[in-house]
Amino acid sequence: MKVGVLAVQGDFEAHRAMLGSLAVDSAEVRAVADLDGLDAIVLPGGESTTQLKFLQEEGLFHPLRKFALDGGAIFGTCAGAILLATEVLNPVQDSLALMDITVLRNGYGRQLSSEVRFGHCSFKPAPLEMVFIRAPIIQRVGPGLEVLAEDAGRPVLVRQGRLLAATFHPELTGDSTVYSFFLGLIGERVQA
Amino acid sequence: MSLLNDNTWRVKVGLAEMLKGGVIMDVTTAQQAEIAEKAGACAVMALERVPADIRKEGGVARMAAPKIIREIMSAVSIPVMAKVRIGHFAEAQVLEALEVDFIDESEVLTPADEEHHVWKHGFKVPFVCGARNLGEALRRIAEGAAMMRTKGEAGSGNIVEAVRHMRAIVDEMKRLTTLNQEQLVHEAKNLGAPLDLVEYVAQHGKLPVPNFSAGGVATPADASLVMQLGAEAVFVGSGIFKSSDPAVRARAIVKATTHFKDPKAVLEASEELGEAMRGIDVRQLDEKELLQTRGW
Repeated sequence: MKVGVLAVQGDFEAHRAMLGSLAVDSAEVRAVADLDGLDAIVLPGGESTTQLKFLQEEGLFHPLRKFALDGGAIFGTCAGAILLATEVLNPVQDSLALMDITVLRNGYGRQLSSEVRFGHCSFKPAPLEMVFIRAPIIQRVGPGLEVLAEDAGRPVLVRQGRLLAATFHPELTGDSTVYSFFLGLIGERVQA
Repeated sequence: MSLLNDNTWRVKVGLAEMLKGGVIMDVTTAQQAEIAEKAGACAVMALERVPADIRKEGGVARMAAPKIIREIMSAVSIPVMAKVRIGHFAEAQVLEALEVDFIDESEVLTPADEEHHVWKHGFKVPFVCGARNLGEALRRIAEGAAMMRTKGEAGSGNIVEAVRHMRAIVDEMKRLTTLNQEQLVHEAKNLGAPLDLVEYVAQHGKLPVPNFSAGGVATPADASLVMQLGAEAVFVGSGIFKSSDPAVRARAIVKATTHFKDPKAVLEASEELGEAMRGIDVRQLDEKELLQTRGW
């Protein structure tokens, strides 16, 4: 299994370190050719405006969409979740529009509102540690999508088929629960 | 290192992690901030005058007026940083009250305290500080800096000092990884840095916080150079808005930073650029004109 991590800008190294700790091969994605042979893609945290501009200008935008529409698994954290959403607010901005969610950028406010919190996660018995950094808020979740974790009554981890979006940063913790769940989604495709 | 379990520290370093691979641009107006954001900057640094103008005009350089910073904060959705004078914790308190996303305790401004830097653990807003060598970087981290950058020589448009500082830090880190425990104690003494941080570097071969480059980047190739030498992101001060083509140059430097390992992409980014900022031969500067010797 090989997972590509979008390496335009952001904490892509932290994602690769997490994948490495789970003995999963990973590769940096900066060009269309880097998508060949990948089983899944991670869209890391960072600045969504910076990442989006790159995807649009350097030809990765449509190949990434195609990867998902062909059934490929994609996991977006924070900025990555913003890129996956069908609708982005505060301000309005383009996105890959793959997951039927509405996301409010910088939903909690500025860096002073960044925090580590614990919330309920449907596949982990104990509370899940979540690192929120200038995090977005998932304001609306479309019908048929699964809310897998919540913080203070708000959805923070949402699944649509093989697409997974987190508004927090599992890659910045020592807890691989969310990552293992994502790798499970890839497995489903291989078996199918 | 006990800090790694401190949640305030983790979200400070976390924001620094999010800026990796990006370009942080100096801006003096809301309009410049918009140009920077459109060009793909991952953050902007709000200040009253860019370093090249501070150098030229002289006088005391202070924290920017809150009004300017506020205008910049409302103009863009990316993180906004602002500078305080070295040791001026009251300016830092004002910036925290203003809710900027990052504070740069910067040698570019006129120092307010020649013996003490700000105790940065006392703030909830993360700080970035400059360093010329590993000892200086670890002292700033001990005080609570969540991101380091090379000092370089701000406002010079000359990459030589940023290169010197990045190489010094990377070489010193590499050396620590070869030493045994009693040598590390001795090295902590030589570096003037806390032993636990020296041990962290020896074990990991890197700083416990992201290490960026600043002070002299003017071209896409400059950005590629410092990234290849080990920088994890790039600050560009005067290099963009002191050039003849800020929007194009800003975009080109962002591209070269992402594709720093790909010479063809850096070439492409370098095409059709206008004139870079004029720049200064740092060796022609008097010792007292150097900004990098401010702070310790």
